[in-house]
Amino acid sequence: MKLLVPIKRVVDPYAKVRPLADGSGVDTTGAKFEINPFDEIAVEEAVRLKEKGIATEIVVVSVGGPQCEDQLRKALAIGADRAILIETDAVLDSPAVAALLSDVALAEAPGLILMGKQATDDDCNQVGQMLAAKLGWPQATFAAKVEITGNSAQVTREIDSGEQVVALPLPAVITTDLRLNEPRYVALPGIIKARSKPLEKRPATSVQSPKTSVSAVELPPTRPPGRRVGSVQELAAAIKERGAI
Amino acid sequence: MSKLLVIAFDATDAATSFGFAHALGLPFDVLQLTGLSVPSGAGTVTLANLGSIPPADGLAKALQPLVAGYSHIASPSSMGSKDVLAYLAGLLDTGMVTDAIGVVSPTEFKRPIYAGAMTATIKVNCDPIIITFRPGNFGKDAASANGNESTTSLNVTSQATILSESSKGSARPDLSQAAIVVSGGRPLKDAATFESVIGGFADALGAAVGATRAAVDAGIAANDLQVGQTGKVVAPNLYIAAGISGSTQHMAGIKDSKLIVAINTDTNAPIFDAADLGLVGDLFTVLPELQRELKQ
Ligand SMILES: Cc1cc2nc3c(=O)[nH]c(=O)nc-3n(C[C@H](O)[C@H](O)[C@H](O)COP(=O)(O)OP(=O)(O)OC[C@H]3O[C@@H](n4cnc5c(N)ncnc54)[C@H](O)[C@@H]3O)c2cc1C
Repeated sequence: MKLLVPIKRVVDPYAKVRPLADGSGVDTTGAKFEINPFDEIAVEEAVRLKEKGIATEIVVVSVGGPQCEDQLRKALAIGADRAILIETDAVLDSPAVAALLSDVALAEAPGLILMGKQATDDDCNQVGQMLAAKLGWPQATFAAKVEITGNSAQVTREIDSGEQVVALPLPAVITTDLRLNEPRYVALPGIIKARSKPLEKRPATSVQSPKTSVSAVELPPTRPPGRRVGSVQELAAAIKERGAI
Repeated sequence: MSKLLVIAFDATDAATSFGFAHALGLPFDVLQLTGLSVPSGAGTVTLANLGSIPPADGLAKALQPLVAGYSHIASPSSMGSKDVLAYLAGLLDTGMVTDAIGVVSPTEFKRPIYAGAMTATIKVNCDPIIITFRPGNFGKDAASANGNESTTSLNVTSQATILSESSKGSARPDLSQAAIVVSGGRPLKDAATFESVIGGFADALGAAVGATRAAVDAGIAANDLQVGQTGKVVAPNLYIAAGISGSTQHMAGIKDSKLIVAINTDTNAPIFDAADLGLVGDLFTVLPELQRELKQ
């Protein structure tokens, strides 16, 4: 079975980022970029399915500028077989990304799409579901465990009140949560070896005009500075004084 | 004409949607998927009487005809609403705003990005617009009575099948609605320690229990207790963080708390920068003492 894994290039989730001085967007100058951590979990899961003999080919795809090649190369180093970069410098919202990915899915005809539940930059949590809807496929979001048998997947999903186990006929879209796995560390030889794996660049043919766009970015209101207390008694008194209990 | 449809996944969603509907300033109806009708100030409440929420693919398809004619379709943010409403947005080929925390105008919303490190204003240029919002960021005015009430039978056929569901079934208050939340992090060591130290303290105060991702990953706490960027968002009157370093990802879930209290052995822990009240100390000795003091 072929697996398709869409990945997004995002600012390192542990980096501190700020709005641009004019508030028109996010200042990413000098920032380090990574594969969105949830997508990296999806790549890792795909590689594990290949190691188990369930997947035969892993195709990773990213939509964006030429810089996305770095993240695709990293995914190849983790163990993907082939990469596609849909090149565009347009500002994309989730429906536009889902539309471009759905074209790739129709052309590649994977048995399963594995991708992150959300990107750590815009925190939108939309593309996986929109893609499943466009393809008319079932979905399992927030996956904590994935088992594939024949032509179906059994997925343990995280839900608001605990966990849910669902069965899905394939093809389907599965979005990953943090507990699905811990991505492997890729040593330098792996990254060098991945340079010989195929990476195909295609211009995005038609990009939908955005349905949602960011018109301003600001810092959230700051809390007034807090106070250190010296003892439990003082702490309890302060909590009571603030009427919090 | 502009009109909002609130899709209520559970019994409390309709009542907690009033503040958002009010901020949006549009007339609104409620589609109550499970549970009974509650006063929410809605024009019309339609009860679907589902026993439980079906898989997203089938539910979103069944919702499609019912949302026709509405300019805005919204639910309180939850894993369940994001699962279904984003699929619905895909079916309708429309745009979506996740986790709205403010309404600038009916076509402009504020939402957190980068784990809440920044707030973005999102301009919407589509119809309908699908929204999930955080009720804690909107007014808690008491809702007035509903107008009409009707029922509908939703014919849901999903390709996915739910095989089982396990809920920890806690008798404690719901995290996202509790007035007091006590959370523990990695130093709680194991599940039994977490339950007795954090759980015991919470029960004494009638509080809900939360945890960090580090605690959940280590098997110390259940996954549905995770608070933060990728867990639950809480907005209690009192949030007590015990043995929590204060990562950006954790803070993303607690910023709207009225009073944040931090207890940490490390005087340089970042949590102290964000806390309203901080005490440097060992949680294992501080929490039992604090419990006694607060009960006095
Ligand atoms: C994509 C992504 C998403 C994430 N989402 C979330 C999320 O939703 N929620 C979340 O919480 N995290 C999330 N994280 C993880 C986050 O970055 C931190 O790793 C995590 O919050 C740390 O948990 P902690 O504070 O329990 O552990 P630590 O960072 O290890 O902190 C433990 C703290 O306890 C203190 N301590 C130790 N012993 C004691 C004692 N006896 N008494 C008092 N204090 C003591 C220490 O001084 C330390 O400050 C995410 C990370 C990523 C990359």
